[in-house]
This record gives sequence, C-alpha cells and structure tokens, in this order.
Amino acid sequence: MPVILATDLIVYFLAGSIVYFAIATRKEGILSSAWRELKRNRLAMASLAILLAYAGVALLDSVRYRDPVVEDNGRVARAADGSVIYSAQALSLLDRAVEGLRTNTEKTYSAPFASTLYSKESVELPDGTIKRDYPPLKHPRSHWLGTDKVGNDVLYTALKGVRTGIVIGAGTTIVIIPFAIFFGVFAGYYGGFIDDIVQYIYTTLASIPGVLLIVAFMLLFGSSGYQGGLISRSEIYLKFFVPNDRLFWLCLILGITSWTDLCRLIRGETLKLRELEYVQASRAFGISKPGIIYRHIVPNVMHLVLITFVLQFSGLVLAEAILSYIGIGVGPEMGSWGNMINTARLELSRDPVVWWNLFGAFLFMLALVLPANIFGDAVRDALDPRLRFR
Amino acid sequence: MLTYIIRRILYAVPIILGVNILTAVLFFYVNTPDDMARKILGEKNVTPAAIENWKRDHGYNLPAFLNAGEKGTAKLTQTVFFQKSVPLLWFDFGRSDRNNIDIGNEIRHRMWPSLAISVPMFVIGVVIDLFLAMMLAYYRGTYLDLWGLFLGVAMMSVSTLFYIIGGQYFLGKVLKLFPVSGYDTGLYSAKFIILPVVIGIISTVGSGVRFYRTVFLEEINKDYIRTARAKGLSEGKVLFKHALKNAMIPVLTNVVVSIPFLFYGSLIMETFFAIPGLGNFTIEAIQAQDFAIVRSMVYLGSILYIVGLILTDISYTLVDPRVRFE
Amino acid sequence: MSRFVLHFTKKAPPGAQRGTKVKTVIKARFALLCVLLLWAFSGGCTPNNPYRPSESGANTFYTTFVETPKHLDPARSYSSDEYDIIAQIYEPPFQYHYLIRPYTLAPLTAEGVPGPVYLDKSGRKLPEDVMPEKVWRAVYEIKIKSGIKYQLHPAFAKGAGGGAAYSSLTEADVKNVKTPADFPVKGTRELKSDDYIYEIKRMADPLVESPILSILEKYVLGLKEYADGLRADLEAVRKERRAKAGPGYNQTVDEKENPIALDYGKRALPGVEKVDGHTYRIILKTKYPQFIYWLAMPFFSPVPEEADAFYKQGALADRNITLDRFPVGTGPYMMDSFDPNMEISLARNRDFHHEAYPIAGEKGDRENGLLDDAGKTLPFIDRIVFKLEKEAIPRWNKFLQGYFDNSGITSDSFDQAVAISSAGKPELTDAMREKGISLITSVRPSTYYSGFNMLDDAVGGYAPEKQKLRQAISIALDYEEFIEIFNNGRGIPAMSAIPPGIFGYIEGGEGVNRYVYTWDGLRKKPERRDIEYARKLMAEAGYPGGRDREGRPLAITFDNPWVGADSTPMINWYIKKFKLLGIQLENRTTDYNRFQEKMLKGNFQFFSWGWNADYPDPENFFFLLTGTNSKVRFQGENVANYSNPEFDRLFKIMENMENSPARLKVIKEMTEIARKDSPWVWGYHPVAFGLFHKWVGNVKSNAMANNTMKYIKLDAKKREALRKEWNRPDLWPVAIVFAILVIGSLPAIFAVRRKRRGKRVA
Repeated sequence: MPVILATDLIVYFLAGSIVYFAIATRKEGILSSAWRELKRNRLAMASLAILLAYAGVALLDSVRYRDPVVEDNGRVARAADGSVIYSAQALSLLDRAVEGLRTNTEKTYSAPFASTLYSKESVELPDGTIKRDYPPLKHPRSHWLGTDKVGNDVLYTALKGVRTGIVIGAGTTIVIIPFAIFFGVFAGYYGGFIDDIVQYIYTTLASIPGVLLIVAFMLLFGSSGYQGGLISRSEIYLKFFVPNDRLFWLCLILGITSWTDLCRLIRGETLKLRELEYVQASRAFGISKPGIIYRHIVPNVMHLVLITFVLQFSGLVLAEAILSYIGIGVGPEMGSWGNMINTARLELSRDPVVWWNLFGAFLFMLALVLPANIFGDAVRDALDPRLRFR
Repeated sequence: MLTYIIRRILYAVPIILGVNILTAVLFFYVNTPDDMARKILGEKNVTPAAIENWKRDHGYNLPAFLNAGEKGTAKLTQTVFFQKSVPLLWFDFGRSDRNNIDIGNEIRHRMWPSLAISVPMFVIGVVIDLFLAMMLAYYRGTYLDLWGLFLGVAMMSVSTLFYIIGGQYFLGKVLKLFPVSGYDTGLYSAKFIILPVVIGIISTVGSGVRFYRTVFLEEINKDYIRTARAKGLSEGKVLFKHALKNAMIPVLTNVVVSIPFLFYGSLIMETFFAIPGLGNFTIEAIQAQDFAIVRSMVYLGSILYIVGLILTDISYTLVDPRVRFE
Repeated sequence: MSRFVLHFTKKAPPGAQRGTKVKTVIKARFALLCVLLLWAFSGGCTPNNPYRPSESGANTFYTTFVETPKHLDPARSYSSDEYDIIAQIYEPPFQYHYLIRPYTLAPLTAEGVPGPVYLDKSGRKLPEDVMPEKVWRAVYEIKIKSGIKYQLHPAFAKGAGGGAAYSSLTEADVKNVKTPADFPVKGTRELKSDDYIYEIKRMADPLVESPILSILEKYVLGLKEYADGLRADLEAVRKERRAKAGPGYNQTVDEKENPIALDYGKRALPGVEKVDGHTYRIILKTKYPQFIYWLAMPFFSPVPEEADAFYKQGALADRNITLDRFPVGTGPYMMDSFDPNMEISLARNRDFHHEAYPIAGEKGDRENGLLDDAGKTLPFIDRIVFKLEKEAIPRWNKFLQGYFDNSGITSDSFDQAVAISSAGKPELTDAMREKGISLITSVRPSTYYSGFNMLDDAVGGYAPEKQKLRQAISIALDYEEFIEIFNNGRGIPAMSAIPPGIFGYIEGGEGVNRYVYTWDGLRKKPERRDIEYARKLMAEAGYPGGRDREGRPLAITFDNPWVGADSTPMINWYIKKFKLLGIQLENRTTDYNRFQEKMLKGNFQFFSWGWNADYPDPENFFFLLTGTNSKVRFQGENVANYSNPEFDRLFKIMENMENSPARLKVIKEMTEIARKDSPWVWGYHPVAFGLFHKWVGNVKSNAMANNTMKYIKLDAKKREALRKEWNRPDLWPVAIVFAILVIGSLPAIFAVRRKRRGKRVA
C-alpha cells in the first residue's frame, strides 16, 4: 500500500523539473546556450553528477509503501471485513535497497570497520566471574561509518538524511515559487497601489527576524505534524496521503522567510520587461493584461527563479542543521544531519572520542553543499552574468 | 537629505505596526495563555484553578483582540493585544511571563556582552574579508586565486556548528589556549571573546571573501581602471586606490544593513560559549516559551532591520555623490 | 588579531612598492604569531583560566548552574537547582542530618524537633498512634533559638525617625543601585517567630504564586479560607484601580509600577498561632505525620516583613531587584552578586549564628575522615561561586582542567570517568584516580516510570487479560538494558514505586517483582523473565503474536515530551522492545504543553514520566497511584488514573502510620496489588554520580539536604598548584598551520612578481 507524504510531492516535482530541464536544453533557447557553456566547465559537471546522485537517493527514499502484515503461518493478515491489514511502517525503496544496513544493528558504539564494540563491558563468564573486555560485534567490519549510541549504522542514518537535506534545500524554494512569481509579476506589471501593497507585505515579513518567525510557526504547525517514523492511521487521508508533514511546514516557513529576495528580483525584472517593445506591441494589439503576463512576462523571469533556486539551496541545507540544534527543525525520528550533529555533539567530550557520527554528518553535508555551491555559481554565470553582484 | 530621512522614517511606521499585529496574532495562537500558565507553573500540583489565577494575575484572562463584554473604547483597550503588544510601540517591554523580570532592563544589560562579541567579529571579519579578497584579486588567475576561491567555497559549505564544536575541542580542550566558554565583565572579558570571535570570523570568511572578490574583479574590468593602468600606475595602487573606493557601494549594501543587528548578538555563538548576551536571552526564552520576551525581541529585531535599511541608503550618498534621493 | 590587521594597513599604504609589500605580508603573519605567543604567556602559564588573577588562592568553591534560576523566593522556589542556592541562605526550622542514615530530621533554628500533639474535639490530648478519624486537630509547637541574627541588609536599616531608612524610594534614589548591597546603610535584627508566621501567610498570597498552596490548604487549618480572602482583597483592589483609571487601564503596566501590597493582618489565619517572640504553632485539620518534613523545606523559612515591604517598592522592582532574586536570610551565606546570566556568588554571612559540624555519623564516616572536623564552627568556605554553564561539553572540560570543584557525570563523559569494577560496582578510571578525583554515588529519591492509561479500552482495565498484557509489556521493556545504554548503569531497576533509602523498599529476593523477575538465588540478583514468557502472557491476554482476534496488529500510542539529543535513540529503543511482542508502538512526541493537555484529558495510552519525592516517606510515592488523585478525574498527580479500591483503602491506613513493622506489612500488601495490576512499568530509580577534586573535603552525598555547602572545606593552595600543572598551553599546532599557509602562498607571490616585472620590462 503506497504512502505519499506532502514532502514526497516536492521530491517528485523536483525529479520532474530535472527531466523537464534535461529536455528543454535540447531545444534552442536561453537554456540550451547556457547548457553549452556549462558543459565546458568540468568542475560544474562533476558537481552536477554528485547532485543528481543525491537527488536519486532522495527520490528512492520518497517512494514508499506499507507491507501487509504477515501472520506466523505465512498468510496475509486480514481484518474482519476481509480487507488486508498493513503495517504502520512505510518502508521506502531506499530502505529496501539497503536492508542490510538498516537491520544489522549492534548494541552500542562501534568504530568504523571495527569488529568489537568501542568500550569495554563486563562480560560474565560461565563460571560466574566477571571480566571486562571489548565484546565482539554481531556484524564485524560491516559498518563503514561505525554505529551510534543504540547501535544503528551511521551510514544508514546519514543516507536517510539525504532526503531531508534535498527536501529542505529544494522544497523551500519550490513551495514559494508560485507566490514569489505571482506577487513579483503583479507588483511589477501593475505598479501603483498593488506595487505598494506587495512591497509593504514583503518588507514587513523581511523585517521580522527569521529564526523567531520560524520558531512561532513551527510551534504552531510543526508539533502536530508527522514527525517521521511510524505513520498512525489518523494521519493518512484517502488511504495513502499524509498531508500534515512537519518537514513540509518547515519548508513553508523557511520559504516565507526567504521569498522576499526572489520576489524583489522578479518585480525589478518585470518593471524592465513591461517597457520592452514587443510587450508594448502586444498591448497595442489588444491582448489582455493577464494574457501578456502569461505569455511574455512569466517565461522571461524563469531564469531568475532557477538562479535563486540553486543559490539558496546550500544555505538552506545548512540552516536545517542549526534549526534542528535549537529543537525546531525536523522531528526526532526523521533522519537528518541536523539531528545527527545534535546527537553527536556530546560525543566529542568522550575519551576516547567518538568522532564518526559527527564525521558522517560532516561528510554527507559537505558532499552535497560543496557541489551545490560550485554548480550554483556556474549556473548563475551561465544564465545571467549581470547577477554576479549578488 | 533631512526630509528624505524623515520620509523614510514615516514610511517605516506602517511596517512596524504590521510587525506588531502579525507577531501578536502569531504568538497568541502559538502559545495560548493556558499553555503559558502550564509551562510556567511547573510539573507538580498544576490545577485548572491555578491556571485561571495565573492568567488573571498576568493579564491574560482578557480576550485577544476584542472585548465584547466591555463598553466603548474599553472594547479595544481591555484586550491582550492592546495591553501587551501596543506598549511595545513606545519600547515598554513589560515583564517576562516566566519570572516576572523587567525585560527592558534586561535588554539594556545583555546588550553589552553581545556587542563585545559581535563588534570585533564584524569589524575584524570585514577587514580580513576585504584584505583576502583583494589579495585574491591581485593574484587573480594564479593557483593561489584558484585554491583560495575553492577553499572559500569549501569553507562556506561547512556548517557553523562544526566550526564551533571543532574550535572548542581543538583550541580550548586539546591545546588549552582559551577558556572553553564563559564570560566576565569589563576588560576581563577579553580572553573569553577571542575564541568565539576567531570561530565567527572563520565561519564567515569563505562567503565574504568570495563575494568581495567578485566585487573587485567587476571593478577591475571597468574602463577607468584600464585608463589608470595605461597611465602607468602600479597594479597595487590601482587596486587599493581606485578599485577599493569604487567597490564601496556593493560593500556598503552588504555591510551597513547588518550593523544595527550587532546589538542582537549571535544566537548560536552565544549559547555555545555561554555568553550572557541578547542572543542567549532569545534562545532561552524560546526554549522556556516565554513569549513576552520573544515578542519583545521580534519587535526589536524589526526595528533594527528598518534602521539598517535607512542607514544603507544614507551611506550611499556619503560614498557616492552621484546618488540622489528623489 | 585586530592589532595585526591595523598594523598591516598602516605599514603598507596604497601604492607601496610591491617588493616591500610581499615582505610586509610575511612580516605581518609573523607579527600575528608573536602577538599570539605574547598574549598566551602574558596571562601566566594558563591562558585558559576563566577566573580573574585576583581570585587565585582564595577560599572559594566553584560550581555551576545549568539554567537561570527562575525563583529564589522561598515561598515559590520548587526546584533542586534553586535550592542549591537558597538553602545556603534561608533557614527553615529543621534540616536533615548531614551524616546519619536513614535520613533523620535535626533542628536548625529550632530548639528541637517536636512531635505533633493530637487533640480530639473536646481539646483532649490523644496518643500518637491514634486512628486518624479520631483526630480533630494536630498541633506542632516550634520553639526558635534566641539570638539568631539576619544578615546585614538595607531592609533593616533604620532612618532618622526610627522607621525603615529606605521606605518610599523613587526612581532618582535608586539611579546607581544594581543590587541591595549598593545601599550605604544596612542593618540587622534578631530572628522572631513572626517571621516564620509571615512566610506561611505569604504562601497564601495569590501574587506570590506558591506552588504548594493547594497541598497546604488541604492540611493547615483555615489556610484555604485565608487564601480565598486574600484573593478577594486583591480583586477588590484591582476593580477599584480599574474603575478609577477608566477604559485605558492597563493592569500589568500599572501593577508593575505600583505593586499591590495586600494586608496580611486584616484577616485571621487560625492555623498559625504566635505563642511568644520565639515560639509559634502550626495547627493541622487532620493527622498528617509527614507534615514535619515540609518544615525542613525552604517553603517554611523565615521571611522578615521589612524585607518584603522593602522589595515591594516599584522603583526597585523596575530594576529587577526583588525578593525573588535577592534573598534575605539567617543562613551561613548571603547573596553577594546576582547575575543570573553569568554568575551567582554567595559570601559568608559574618552574622551567622554558631553551628558546629556534627559530632556523630553513621558507620564508616570516621574512617572516611568525615568526622575530622567534628565540633568545629561552620561554615568552612568563604565564597561560593555558581557559574552558568548550559552545555555539557564545556562544563566537563573545565572540571577536568580544575576550574570547577565538582561535577556530575553525563552519559557521554561516563566512560572517561567511571568503569564498572569486576564486582559490578562503579569505580573511577585510572585517568581520574591519577588526578585524585573522588566519586560519590547516591540513589535519588525519585522514580522514572512508564505508565498505561487505566481508563483506556485497549491497555487499561482490571480484567486478568489486561493485567497480563501490561505484565508482558513490563517484561519486554528491559530497563537493565535501558539503564546500561542511556544512563551508563547509573540507575536501579525499579521493583515498585518506592526507591531504595525510603521506608518500604525491600532488598534482595523478598523485594523482587515476581511478575517481571525471578530471583536467582545463586548469584543473588533478580533475573528478568525471558521474552517467550512475555509472549505467552500476550497470547493469554488475547494477542497471540501481538495480533487481536481479527488478526489486526495491536497498536499502542506512546506519548512523551522528550526533546534533546537522546530523544530519538530512546524512542527507537521503546519501539524495538514493543516489536518483540509484535506490538506496533506509535510514537507521539509533542511539546510539553500538548503532553500535559493530553494527560489531563486522558487522551493517551502509554506515557513516560518521573517523580521526585518531596520528603523521604513511602506516602509521597504511593499517592501517585491512589484513585482520589487521578489526573483525569481529580486533576491530581496519578497520571495513569489507576484506581483500585483495595489499594486506596490500604493507602488511607498506611499514610497515617509511623514507620513500624505493621506499616511495612501494609506497604507490602499494597505493592503486591500494584504489581499485579501493573498500571506502571516500574522503570528505574536514578543514581546520581558526583565527582569532586582531591582538594575538596567533608563531602558526603545527601539526597534530601540542600544546605550542605556549610560542611564542605577545600584546600585552595593545592588547587592552585594543580591547575597550573594541568593547563600548560600547546602553541606549536597554531605555528604549523601558519607556516603552511605562508609557505603555500610563497610560490604564487613570486610567480606574480616575476610575471609583472617581466611585463614591465617588455
């Protein structure tokens, strides 16, 4: 039985957009020329490959379904009315692909590639005496990044963080694109009173310190949403959809605190486009204002959306870690690098140091954010060299 | 000029009002007075009667925005919004919900440790960023530029949390160069300030250098620089005298807007280093859900933001006489 | 660093020759290194010393506080962090004996520890073991020692006319005042019985918001009526003020500027009587033998009326100078500086009455040197400094560096500090022993438990199947493992609600919860029943393999308010354990408010909570399970809403008994009933581990007493020497990093120079 979270839609949309842009670069136009320039930049292409790999993992982790409950005799459990009973755990394709990582847990900490636990324990020998030694692992030398406090594989936890990172980085912008375009274009095109109102709205929103707005919003919506982990029946609508998803609310509020830049850019661009000759001409031909906006203005601000998208991406991924540290990020059961850092920060004061949890989060974050930064710069340069100023 | 500033300030009034109403709505629904009372009264012996009494004593028993039970203007004034949010407009922050302290007094005290950290971090940070960016621009095209740039991007790809945790671990614990955390008043604060300042600068140097380098390169490719070079001026002189001066506008846009926020401190830095500033104050209030404090800090933040915008515009004229306010 | 940058920009004006510039860069980096070196060594050999040079060698105890204390008003404060501070300042009539175990009360300001006098309706004295329903009044008569003086404080300062010197202060009067110590004139006076009576009346004041008022109202004669009267007075004042001010009246702003002072003398409080200047009586409506323990808590400290009046001045409150922040007491220490965001320090009270170190202790105290100072005058230490330290890592590191004198142990620093010995007992690691650190352990009078909502259809109820379901879950939740993973073994798995050290806790095989454990007579320890047994219980309960008759898997919701680093692994642990029985545990973590709301409405199935005892008596634990205390029905503390008539009946008997074999018998019966019903999964009792450096002496753990600082002594000279030895800085890695940066950039610099020079030549 499939289960779709609100944030899964974001990942699907992202995947769809990637496919769309891949096709669009084949046609002539601004995108295809930008693509040709990008292709010359080897570093950017390598970054793109890494980003696509991350997106792939996120996509795999966003397709999930619940297995039917199997009884001891091997038959599928059915309720009184004959309907199949499904488990409350929705495993994603990623969970199923790395089944071994997920299920091969140990008792507690073990170092990467170790074959024993990290600290000595009192082992009771058959004759009743107690000896202190490093107990052997159940799955020796199989944990590439070691195991955490409760013995879960750190590599698995870090992989689960990929989806969260991608959703925060991409979803935030995706969620607010419609609003930014709508308000930006209308303010720019109509000017006057509407412009004043829109400017008033975004200046007001921008002037509230972001963190505090996020706190209030997350306390209001986040605490009731799906936190990750098991899905309760009351959260599922239409038998497969979970609309109240804490991560989604996080995207939304991060979007609200960061949409003003995009909106301002689009407004400025629209102001310019409005005066261009072909737009004036269309007006002379009697095409309605919405028609002009739809046909001429919106397609011509899309490159700004793309640039903002790639440039904001890395900052948002980093923001998640900080928000999770303050305790208003993703839910405790949702795998995320922020949660990993939060759990792991105490481990540095141990002696000997438990470093792999922190290292895992560091590695996975750096491997996403660094290519994202490099690729973002390249895209911006390719699409609009004038924007280098920002 | 003066009329311009006055106009800008008048323009800020509706925004401040908007912020005030928005935060009141948001926080009132986030944290109903019942929640507040429960949180504050503690774990043991919290009866509904105790909650009712708490609300009465702290003025939260009134309706949110309209008091239908009153007559005339009292319909509006005898509400939580009017009694709690409107006094903010003249900076009367009132008392905290949790322990009844005077918030205005607390802000005046807490401001100084915040400034002690954020001002050096900001000033030294900007100077180092500009200096390194100029170095990269000067050596543009060499491997120093390339690797410097890459290092910059790599450094900004690392979460601040790692810098803090790593810095405390290596510089504080392993090498014993600084106190791991803490604060003291007056001149004694110096040794506590250095570690957070160093970490703060390191964590922002990547993005700063990258940004200013682009700004300088932009200027270097302009015609007047070519003219200057053709005149036979040395590269260093071109860079320092002409390019730096003309790059001031983008630099100012980036810098001036954040000056008022120095009062506000850094949320994360202050908690990790146990610095008793405003950032710490805010985080504590968030964690204790003391929304009288959070509300005050939101309001203060908005004011500072608006002040920053006005300052930016004013600084343009000072740097570049061509900019006029119409 | 700032010096370096300024230095550079000055030395290299725009347009300087390239050659000099390159050199300047190198020079500048070198200069930075020098500055760093200089700075490191100018502050002595320990640049990481967080204290001022003037503090070195002083007889000061350094410790920490984790959270800004909310209330230091004794009528209001109700947390152990705050007690760490105010218990050194305020003196209730009684205290717990520092050394003797089990915990016994000893007089503090009182002449002795009085027994209650029970009276019947006609005023006749009744014997102590009388049945509670016969008791009409219980009277405690407390006699205070004479000659005890308060600390010096401006509230006691006398003006020219003989009245208070600082009575109607204005904004201008307090312009330069930051703490009460800033007032030039101070005074003191003798402790009177009035002060104790005044404090009890304050607890009834609605503006004081005392957290235990609702409990005291149940016992103290006429307290409820008195409190209601004060509230009525308050509302009357408010109404009057409102009417006077008109529609624009802002209650909070007005009450901040003009605090309302209620007249405590206007109404009578029959439950408290003044006998003479040094004697007072507290009269209870019922028999309540545990009441005497309350009199050892800061709630019943003396508060002088002068101090209350002093602090109620609007001008002082505006500067955050209140009784809630600046206590006035008779104790061994007094508040010296109060900066709740940084440091709270207490200084020795020079007017402290004579108190001697106890001359008797329990077995072993003499051998451990705890009686070396017997009979000496307290306190030993001159100053106590509490530093704010919210994060665990810096706190632990500073302890190891010798900058804090004591430390608790977090789960993550545990391995570093403590190893479990071959006998299964915690011992310090070699690294700690080398430093001369000592370990003090004590079982807290607390219990952390998980419970079921007994009103729930699936997990609640008293039918045998339901009991079995809960017993099965109790077996599956392997708290030995939980303690091992999350507490490093710092806990004792609970057999019932009563922790060790409290009357009614039974050690050994006899005390084992047979529904969950068997007793391993050979190894002399309880053995948790295996999971197969639990699965069998599940089948008997109607859930074979965790599924009901229709084959639906049993799903239970789990409510908790957990946040923080450990919450995710802890929740996962619970899910894992429930899965062993085939039960789907559905986690519902919410913020604390939603959690409380759900508990109050009964909208939950399984939850996790804890309880800290107020006093060492089984009544303070078993009342959490009585029907009349149900959270849903009566808003009490019985969150599981457990209600077993037989248990309730026995509780009534038990609570009014003195500790005796008969009482133990009743407790055993009650324990058995509760175990069978299993409304709680008896979790564990935490064990606190404290570490002290070797320069600290006279330390003995005492879970009940908070005023223990006066017994402790320290050797400041030894501390100074060891701090120096442990904190020699390492500078070479910094030098290496700079060397790499400089060397790495040299080739590029030379390359550019060559290129540019070549260009110019061409």
